[in-house]
Amino acid sequence: MPTNYDVHEYDVLVIGAGGAGMRAAIESAQKGMHTALVCKSLLGKAHTVMAEGGMAAALGNVEKKDNWKVHFVDTMFGGKFLNQWRMAQLHAQESPDRARELESWGAVFDRTDDGQILQRNFGGHAYPRLAHVGDRTGLELIRTLQERVVASGRHPHTAEKEIKVHMECTIYRLLKTDGRVSGAVGYWRETGKPIVFRAKSVVLATGGLGKCYRVTSNSWEGTGDGHALAYMAGAELIDMEFIQFHPTGMVWPPSVRGILVTEGVRGEGGVLKNNKDERFMFGYIPELYKNQTADTPEEGEKYIKKVPGARRPPELLTRDVVARAIVREVKEGRGSPHGGAFLDIASRLPADQIKKKLPSMYHQFMALGNLDITQEPMEVGPTCHYAMGGVRVNPETQQSSVPGLFAAGEVAGGLHGSNRLGGNSLSDLVVFGRRAGLYAAEFAQKNGTLPPLDTNQLESCLQEMYAPFEKPKGENAFIVTSALQDTMEANVGIARQEEELKQALADIAGLKDRAAVLGVAGDSRFNPGWHQTISLDFLLVCSEAIAKSALERRESRGGHMRVDHLETLDEYGTFNHVVWRGEDGQMQLRREPLTAMPAELAALIEEKKNG
Amino acid sequence: MANHSAGKTVSVAGRKHVFNVWRGDQAQGELVDYEIELSEGMVVLDAVHQIQAQIAPDLACRWNCKAGKCGSCSAEVNGRPRLMCMTRMDQVIDEGPTTIRPMKAFPLIKDLATDVSFNYRTAKKIPALDPKPKDDRGEWTMYQYEIDRVQEFRKCIECYLCQNTCHVLRDHQETNFAGPRFIMRAAQLEMHPMDQADRIETVKEELGIGYCNINKCCTDVCPEGINITDNAIIPLKERVADRYYDPVKGLWAKLTGNK
Repeated sequence: MPTNYDVHEYDVLVIGAGGAGMRAAIESAQKGMHTALVCKSLLGKAHTVMAEGGMAAALGNVEKKDNWKVHFVDTMFGGKFLNQWRMAQLHAQESPDRARELESWGAVFDRTDDGQILQRNFGGHAYPRLAHVGDRTGLELIRTLQERVVASGRHPHTAEKEIKVHMECTIYRLLKTDGRVSGAVGYWRETGKPIVFRAKSVVLATGGLGKCYRVTSNSWEGTGDGHALAYMAGAELIDMEFIQFHPTGMVWPPSVRGILVTEGVRGEGGVLKNNKDERFMFGYIPELYKNQTADTPEEGEKYIKKVPGARRPPELLTRDVVARAIVREVKEGRGSPHGGAFLDIASRLPADQIKKKLPSMYHQFMALGNLDITQEPMEVGPTCHYAMGGVRVNPETQQSSVPGLFAAGEVAGGLHGSNRLGGNSLSDLVVFGRRAGLYAAEFAQKNGTLPPLDTNQLESCLQEMYAPFEKPKGENAFIVTSALQDTMEANVGIARQEEELKQALADIAGLKDRAAVLGVAGDSRFNPGWHQTISLDFLLVCSEAIAKSALERRESRGGHMRVDHLETLDEYGTFNHVVWRGEDGQMQLRREPLTAMPAELAALIEEKKNG
Repeated sequence: MANHSAGKTVSVAGRKHVFNVWRGDQAQGELVDYEIELSEGMVVLDAVHQIQAQIAPDLACRWNCKAGKCGSCSAEVNGRPRLMCMTRMDQVIDEGPTTIRPMKAFPLIKDLATDVSFNYRTAKKIPALDPKPKDDRGEWTMYQYEIDRVQEFRKCIECYLCQNTCHVLRDHQETNFAGPRFIMRAAQLEMHPMDQADRIETVKEELGIGYCNINKCCTDVCPEGINITDNAIIPLKERVADRYYDPVKGLWAKLTGNK
């Protein structure tokens, strides 16, 4: 174990450099804070680049009737009313400003004929609302923020500081002093040497946890680091049972199973069919959405062609509904040859339009599957895509229950309730990334000096971190991770039931024992086997939180489907599940009642329910 | 596009195949043989992952999205600069054992991971967007035809394969040449309808555009199919030439003694 380590001191430490982390760092630096931005990969590679369809913002460019109130209601409907209403409100109110701010920093969104930001249709959004760049909106967002980070500290006559970027650095544990967060310990991936950060406040922006599952659209980085770091530091996690299975992942060939196919395909008019050539989504329209959804293909067609008064086609229902429908079609023998559904854009748009509006989908299918989507339908099926749950935060400030610890983006819970609408993630990143950066800066300013380092805590962290090197013949972390993914896929997947969830919890307990005695061959320089031992710790915490919360929710709602409790129950619509680490080190769970919504917001929802 | 093969997918499932993977650091290294069994539709990056999981967990390799969108898994596969995640095994299987080496233009860290910090330092040389004031509508009106070219450049995933292939960067590291990726970044800002900054001096003096002799190797290897040379580099070369090498202006300067 290396005994000497570099210590870096900052006002604000931001962990994660996707959309939320970069936006938080920019805000903090603008407030004059010495800010560090730490990421596991190279800058600009974070999972935000995978977002395709767009960023939801009620700009009202394409449909003048759109405004924040409509966006708020859509978001609450999508989340089946378990959302933290104040987060949904702030998100809807602030996202148009954040979109225009991105433009001022160099984002180049597609345009309307009138030269404004163009918006596209997406599931669950009443109007065309998603600012986008073809089907590579996430790349546009990340590059824009990356360029703004690079330009930080170069604005004369302002207090803005330069953001210090630490790439390829993994955070292993958060450090605390007297109950408050005081920094973090980690290592450089390149050399394996330890690094210690001292900070007055810390923002977690580590993204998702899709790697708990085998079939996922997430990259290697989606190992729930921030969820687990917060949990280990004593913070609470909320809504962990709600996992979004995106209805359209690639299903063939096997090596690309799970890679995302953007909802933009359906937004541009793509339709889902089974092996009997039926548009099966017309058979799956839930009661809640009956009065907003077209009941004939003709009406759906009119909507895509923007005929006023026409209702949305059922392919644009929320993701939870579409994913479940595909699972059912496959189960009942109407699936595509490789166990999915057919997604057809070829018969809907001319080839040149498809290449213009969906260029990366065209490229992806051509290169990976040798399939020309302008000629043939795609085969698609559900893939683990997004964690609605995350660190429980104050809706205004994004501060967790641990003083000085903030969270934003996918790692934070609350905005999306039980199901996220497509497009609400990119807007989430910049709205709440900014807020987390702002309030982390404020916390740092108010709480003056750096908390002292607890060297005992630090030393024991370092000891644990390097322990696998002492067991070169120990079990390989990739094998244990694979076993975890198997049980999560089989027992905590899209269709869940009591016995399987209990089985998953038992499996996870056994895997924890195996994870405690892993070994690593080779040295600490850029060693993926060692890196995986650390990711596995995080994945185990997240998997347990998902399975435990899912077991206790004996109903179906949003991203959580119980085949033994298919109905949505009013009784379960009044609280969120919260988990935390108890005094004995065991995971605890409680029901946290929803806070009451102000009358004017409740009235908006009632109005929509009554059509 | 460079990464596409014509015709139907050939099944590689069940076939045993040998990979020669470069292992080592700056001090020493060699190609090491690994034999694995292929599965249907496999890409080269899948093979690297399988080698990590089954044989060599300490094999260093960068990757993220595995869908050609992040530009992390650049390497030289059978001598060609490619994204490993977008190179299907059926495209290379007939070439015999598959050789995977790290990008050559950048200093080696370990195995397939190279030190690409040159690119991050170079990015800092380019002045950011300087937006014009908003118009009467309180926004920036831009028409699609004005931004088509800018959007082409913004497709760049920063895989640095163009930088890796550029012979100026590969063979003449003593120059201040920024490389195609960053000339294109400057072009993107110069052609941005909202921008009011002037980067022509930067392009000439700091990015060293004069070193590019338009071999188009960068364009050939771009996995996004961006016309780097024709659409970005040549137009900027013309702007530099107009500013600094216009013969009429030059003659006038000579005659009048003015610069």
